[in-house]
Amino acid sequence: MKMEIEQLEKVASQVRRDIVRMVHSCQSGHPGGSLGCTDLLVALYFERMMLNEQDGKPVFDMNGTGEDLFFLSNGHISPVWYSTLARRGYFPVEELATFRKLDSRLQGHPTTHEHLEGIRIASGSLGQGLSVALGAAMAKKLNKDKGIIYVLMGDGEQQEGQVWEAASFAPHHEVDNLIAFIDLNGQQIDGPTVKVMNNRDLGKKYEAFGWEVISIEEGNDMAAILKGLYEAKSRLGHGRPILVLLHTGMGFGVDFMMGSHKWHGVAPNDEQLAAALGQLEETLGDY
Amino acid sequence: MKKYTFTEKKDTRSGFGAGMHELGKQNPNVVALCADLVGSLKLEPFIKENPDRFIQCGISEANMIGVSAGLTIGGKIPFATTFANFATGRVYDQIRQSVAYSNKNVKICASHAGLTLGEDGATHQILEDLGMMKMLPGMTVINPCDYNQTKAATIAIADHEGPVYLRFGRPVIPVFTAADQKFEIGKAWMVNEGTDVSIFATGHMVWEAIQAGEQLEAEGINAEIINIHTIKPLDEEAVLKSVEKTGCVVTAEEHNRIGGLGDSIAQVLVKNKLVPQEYVAVNDSFGESGTPTQLMEKYGLTAKDIVAAAKRAIERK
Repeated sequence: MKMEIEQLEKVASQVRRDIVRMVHSCQSGHPGGSLGCTDLLVALYFERMMLNEQDGKPVFDMNGTGEDLFFLSNGHISPVWYSTLARRGYFPVEELATFRKLDSRLQGHPTTHEHLEGIRIASGSLGQGLSVALGAAMAKKLNKDKGIIYVLMGDGEQQEGQVWEAASFAPHHEVDNLIAFIDLNGQQIDGPTVKVMNNRDLGKKYEAFGWEVISIEEGNDMAAILKGLYEAKSRLGHGRPILVLLHTGMGFGVDFMMGSHKWHGVAPNDEQLAAALGQLEETLGDY
Repeated sequence: MKKYTFTEKKDTRSGFGAGMHELGKQNPNVVALCADLVGSLKLEPFIKENPDRFIQCGISEANMIGVSAGLTIGGKIPFATTFANFATGRVYDQIRQSVAYSNKNVKICASHAGLTLGEDGATHQILEDLGMMKMLPGMTVINPCDYNQTKAATIAIADHEGPVYLRFGRPVIPVFTAADQKFEIGKAWMVNEGTDVSIFATGHMVWEAIQAGEQLEAEGINAEIINIHTIKPLDEEAVLKSVEKTGCVVTAEEHNRIGGLGDSIAQVLVKNKLVPQEYVAVNDSFGESGTPTQLMEKYGLTAKDIVAAAKRAIERK
């Protein structure tokens, strides 16, 4: 699928509306990181990723043969993923209304357990997604499948030990069909990441582990994201995994949610919802 | 008592290695992963013939479980291998989320289980793994009894869709099951039919149970011996059928008495038919360094202990 920047921005605006409405409806969930990563997910699913389609709609099967795959390691930002998948056509947008409610396929954290199209692994307990993505990337290589693996992690998540096991493993096995992102919003539940547990220079760390590292400084600017994704893809196939440091603003798009860890896992009340929606254009129709 | 003889002793982990060697030839989707214990897991023949289908993970078990889960997305059948302690307790959350909850077709293959790992001591002698693994919804848990059965089980689990925990061990023990056996997951194996007491044994304890059966026979007690190689799903029908006949039970396992085979059998009995049950298992403690034989004696896991337990169970009828 190819889209102009203006169109992508319209999709992103609708996804942001979906996020705040979903989180408001069940009065729980994680709006901050979801809003911050909206532009990346929209760019991936609506522009960058090669997806198996039939009659303009994505066709989901677990193995994802011949297509690009996306994994969300920081599963708590499920609202942005669910909305992006629904808007892309994986499942009906009306289903977004069931988020975090009883008998829903849209569990608080993503799961394959309820057979939701687009999801290939459960995530939520942090630190596991990079390892899974590496396995999927190696399966593609064994199958001589040219698809690319994308995986998104949080910056707080970098404090998990398993991430660094995976970081060692990837260059050693020359997994060069994978692009990993770290959402560098600088916030985690207990406060700014530098105060809770300073990750220091993640780019240098990954470089020391043998990764190729690039940076997208404006991680909420569609043009900058597309440019960064293009560059990341151009570096694949040379024996090294690619890491993209994606600088985002937590809560981006809703002024009172921006730049603070306070909206990591808090739902807006009725007035806050109205204020948020006032800042986000309804472009594709609310669910 | 049916006669069981053997001409050689082998370790069950070598049965696993032989099964993997066979699978390497049979099934192009089988991939082996190991966390720096290739020699201990007897993977050399598989690796030699299928270097592209072996993934060395280094000493990073958590990552190995995640990579295994990812490999299934693309139709591979990963066999993740290491010592039982590092294959379960160390990576419980990785197995729980990325394998069991995600229902991934990962085979977790664990050697050096239980006390018989020997001299390395308690840090390596996991006695809680069966409990942890059987509590995970959807997980199949298998603990075969000798070289031939381990080889057959290894081959069988490749054709089973879904996560499996396969447990085996380090010491050499008699090879007494058939080399050409077909392994049926979840189907208990009748070792010896009897009428006085049902002995349900798993893993290394099956041979001990056979020896116990012979000793009991010499004292005029006719023991039924059943090999429960699949702890989950448990062959409840076989358990109940046996108990209807004998009216009392001994369970024998190289595991903590809490949470293992004994508790699984007890649950069936409580629900269906209350009869006396005696546990032959480690009495809620850690192990220690020693030879396998010394440890089995000290922790009460020998034929002698099964004989004593059988008499207690019969007494309580």
